[in-house]
Amino acid sequence: MKNLDSVLAAYLAGWAIFFVYYISVSQRMSALREDVERLKAMLNKGK
Amino acid sequence: MLKSALRAIVLFVLIAATAYLAFYYAPVEKTMGVIQKIFYLHISCAFSAFVAFGTCFYANLRYVFTREPKADWLGVSAAEVGLAFITVVLITGPIWAHPVWGIWWTWDARLTLTFVLGLLYLSYLLLRSMIEEPDKRALFSALFGIFAFLDVPLVYFSIRWWRTQHPQPVILGGAGSGLEPRMRVSYLLMWGALTGLLILLLNARYKLEALRASVEDLRREAEAR
Repeated sequence: MKNLDSVLAAYLAGWAIFFVYYISVSQRMSALREDVERLKAMLNKGK
Repeated sequence: MLKSALRAIVLFVLIAATAYLAFYYAPVEKTMGVIQKIFYLHISCAFSAFVAFGTCFYANLRYVFTREPKADWLGVSAAEVGLAFITVVLITGPIWAHPVWGIWWTWDARLTLTFVLGLLYLSYLLLRSMIEEPDKRALFSALFGIFAFLDVPLVYFSIRWWRTQHPQPVILGGAGSGLEPRMRVSYLLMWGALTGLLILLLNARYKLEALRASVEDLRREAEAR
């Protein structure tokens, strides 16, 4: 079918953007969770 | 954690099913052929982006009047998620246009205003990264967000107000417009699935912003000691 490769490219690009964005949010979340733990430990040590 | 993973899996299956419908259930359009299948993703993402920017606008107004931090968290979350959706629109559009128009891009009203919309929300996020003081950052970005939203109705009505290379509206376009019933079902289901994705991403991004606020509080507490 003519242009089927373009259709597949569009759908793959779309899903890739959402996937990469979701991964980026998850990674930022993990980094912040580590920060929370570190700061809590630091504050508890100071008590 | 398990609940959100389960939600993501259900959503993935739903999106895969709607993509299957778009490819195999919806008929091939007579004039454009198979390339028209991009329509289902392109238009659904555009409407989802409008929903996200509308949410951002509501949150920005709410912040200006109430100064609730939660409104600021919702505003930035919706702006970022909306930017992801409008990026998909700006990438899938030229892929669709090239075989049909013979060009990847043209600076007509609809395309230019959509590109500007992406730039406005990118600027919204950049503006936030440049202001350190939380209250000032929230207020300035809320005011900028209210201004940025003015482009959404311009994008929507551009093909009704001006002659453009972009096709005239197929959905809510008045007499003579509309979709073949199987195309309409495929489109509505795809939009439903993408709205689910929008909610999932918005929820995750909002939690991230709430966590960031806790980190800032803890940092201030640590610095005060």
